[in-house]
Amino acid sequence: MTDAQFATVSAIAPTAAGAHAAAKSAPKMAARGLDFFYNGFHALKNVNFEIAEKRVTALIGPSGCGKSTLLRVFNRIYSIYPKLEAKGEVLLDGENILDPGYSLNRLRSKVGMVFQKPVPFPMSIYDNIAYGIRHHEKLSKSEMDVRVEQALTQGALWNEVKDKLKQSALGLSGGQQQRLCIARAIALRPEVILLDEPTSALDPIATGKIEQLVAELKDHFTIAIVTHNMQQAARCSDFTAFMYLGELVEFGDTETLFTKPAKKQTEDYITGRFG
Amino acid sequence: MAASSSALSNATIDSPAQRRNTRDARADGLFRWIVASAGLFVLLALLGAALSMLWGGREAFSTFGFGFLTSTDWDAVNHKFGALVPIYGTLVTALIAMLIAVPVSFGIALFLTEVAPNWLRGPVAAAIELLAGIPSIIYGMWGLFVFVPVMGEYVTPWLNDHLGKIPGLGALFTGPPLGIGMLTAGIVLAIMVIPFISSVMREVFLTVPMRLKESAYALGSTTTEVVWDIVLPYTRSAVIGGVFLGLGSALGETMAVTFVLGNAHQLTASLLMPGNSIAATIANEFTEADSDIYRSSLIALGFLLFVVTFFVLAGAKWMLRRMARAEGEK
Amino acid sequence: MSTTSEKLYRNRRIKNAIALSLSGAAALFGLFWLVWILWTTLRTGISAMKPGLFTQMTPPPGSDGGLANALFGSLVMSVVAILIGAPIGIAAGTYLAEFARKKPIGEAIRFVNDILLSAPSIVLGLFVYTLVVHTTGHFSGWAGSLALALIVLPVVVRTTDEMLQLVPGQMREAALSLGVPQWKVTLQVLYRSALPGIVTGILLALARISGETAPLLFTALNNQYWTADMSQPMASVPVVIFQYAMSPYDSWHALAWAGAFVVTVFVLLMSLLSRAILLRNKASHD
Repeated sequence: MTDAQFATVSAIAPTAAGAHAAAKSAPKMAARGLDFFYNGFHALKNVNFEIAEKRVTALIGPSGCGKSTLLRVFNRIYSIYPKLEAKGEVLLDGENILDPGYSLNRLRSKVGMVFQKPVPFPMSIYDNIAYGIRHHEKLSKSEMDVRVEQALTQGALWNEVKDKLKQSALGLSGGQQQRLCIARAIALRPEVILLDEPTSALDPIATGKIEQLVAELKDHFTIAIVTHNMQQAARCSDFTAFMYLGELVEFGDTETLFTKPAKKQTEDYITGRFG
Repeated sequence: MAASSSALSNATIDSPAQRRNTRDARADGLFRWIVASAGLFVLLALLGAALSMLWGGREAFSTFGFGFLTSTDWDAVNHKFGALVPIYGTLVTALIAMLIAVPVSFGIALFLTEVAPNWLRGPVAAAIELLAGIPSIIYGMWGLFVFVPVMGEYVTPWLNDHLGKIPGLGALFTGPPLGIGMLTAGIVLAIMVIPFISSVMREVFLTVPMRLKESAYALGSTTTEVVWDIVLPYTRSAVIGGVFLGLGSALGETMAVTFVLGNAHQLTASLLMPGNSIAATIANEFTEADSDIYRSSLIALGFLLFVVTFFVLAGAKWMLRRMARAEGEK
Repeated sequence: MSTTSEKLYRNRRIKNAIALSLSGAAALFGLFWLVWILWTTLRTGISAMKPGLFTQMTPPPGSDGGLANALFGSLVMSVVAILIGAPIGIAAGTYLAEFARKKPIGEAIRFVNDILLSAPSIVLGLFVYTLVVHTTGHFSGWAGSLALALIVLPVVVRTTDEMLQLVPGQMREAALSLGVPQWKVTLQVLYRSALPGIVTGILLALARISGETAPLLFTALNNQYWTADMSQPMASVPVVIFQYAMSPYDSWHALAWAGAFVVTVFVLLMSLLSRAILLRNKASHD
């Protein structure tokens, strides 16, 4: 690693050592009294929720419970559609990102997102990674090469694609495409990565690779993952939130939530009695 | 050290990011404004076309008034113009075209969706769509040089001898063996619109859910019965929409008709006599129009054509959309 | 009982057989005209082809000549029409697909665009006549191009709209979530994804205008001589075909057929090319 890169990484991770202790007291992101309206439909009701730094936080719940909606508020991706409205506060390092004055550029360079369906852009593998970087930074060819390699390495894809960087990303397998999308998000060096059911379109082997990747990434990034697969939440998250009908029913560390749920609804859901 | 560098980089990153944000927002606004104006331009193009022709035709409308629609005059020397002959010719040729094209198109669509073996469907459908791509002037030329002699030599005498003797109806089919005339124009128009109508029909027939047809076949229905009882009722509004679409293009078609219609300003019952249509009149005479009232009358004809086709096409869109909406609701 | 139902079955079978044969006959009927028209055009057209067609000017009656000025005029006016119509069409299609997808204004524009798509082309010629020729006082290549551009416009609007709507919404979200502004996402990601479809639309529009006669009759008019000046009246293949075919001279008829042949081959090539692009694109997406 060069000095410059080291400096950036340390800038992103100022309190790496103390993260564990700080997790509860100073969350990376937090929703406070968040309400969300979808064409007038009350989709999120007074949600209070936190994403701990350098941890994996999972959101589970039956479909339509609002878990994806909640995730999509965290980088305001919902705002590209009309008639959607969020009320309340969502804090990133203590600043309210729902404040219209908060720069969307800044928000999205800090909070990356990966979606259900792998959607590589119709360009080469290299350009897929470089695309977002080019918008935010002016880099020389060699600097860009380093960044692309880094992102692909972090995305656990480098060894598979290093010989065909100039080929179209559409030729990759579904699992590879999804890792490319993760690498593309990582390439901007975000602080938080939001994963919206990232494995729902993948086969079990590809799913395994993504889960392994998530485990590796949490050393450097704060991660929130929405999943409909409870085992996945149990396997790869530190904290889990259970949502139902737009409300956050229960939120705690993953082991407790799955072994000793405090609420009846949570217990019913994780034991498969509904949902 | 780490904490201080974080604070520092935050502070320095902050203002360029903020500036870029404003710049991006402004560029996005500009982009949206540009594409929205292009969208509005489409609206204005149609509106402009209508208004400019109304403007260009104002002299004819104010001079002749309502009589413009009912008069058969077309006298360039004495500046007397009426639209009845071209209107009549337009309607009659389009009607002949539809009488031939609708059943044939239905047959083709039926053949391509239910009857033909699978390997034949693609090539035949593609070939018929090719027919739709051929420029109308080719139809006109072919009509003039190839089809008109056939009509004059064989079809007209035969019609005179057989249908011409029927009382009443016979008036439609008596005339000199010129070959050109409204029947010929109607037939050439039919050949032109068959590909349009049949491809719309084929597409809507393909949207009928397989399970509907399967359950009818399971009851022992024949193919004809399935088409008649399941496919047609299911697709009725879109089929009518397709027919209207064909009618719209038959009414406004210029070149295919101009060659074979004869450019004669006379009102005759016989389909074998030369006549005129709105589009053919404009195409033939516009550059020769030597007075303002003459040109204005031709533009007024164009306005009438525009209004009629607008309503026919709007009806077509409405019917097609009704079907699409019903599809979407499921 | 069993005999009556057998009779019923037989009647139904016979009816079915008749109806199905009629549908086959209809298909044959359609193909019959296609073959006849194409055969006439190819046979007469090829026999009228000659090297001078592409080098000599359109002749006065009785003398020998070619279609060089008309081919050039058609080419120039078509290219200019595409250059005017396609960008506006792509922009309007983008507005429909990206900003007005379910809005009433979007629906209104789509409706009007569909009308424009099937509106009689001679009406568009009249429109441009009153707008341009009447105001400037003379016929010109520009006016012809403008009339053709009005035919290009709705074709491109429609294909762009449809193709952009086919791009998955998550592609937009993924690009926007990188912090890239919408205009860049549209230009660099969405257009690239919809490109084959948009190109197909432009090719189809080109095929359509290359044979259009009616809108040129009183906009570009005609010109017996070579001109590259678009503010002058300009010859075009379809208008020359019309003039020559309606004339009494055999040599002009031959030139008209040669022109018809060239136009038909061009149109067929364009539609085959656009089909090939769509097929290849489909294959790469499956």
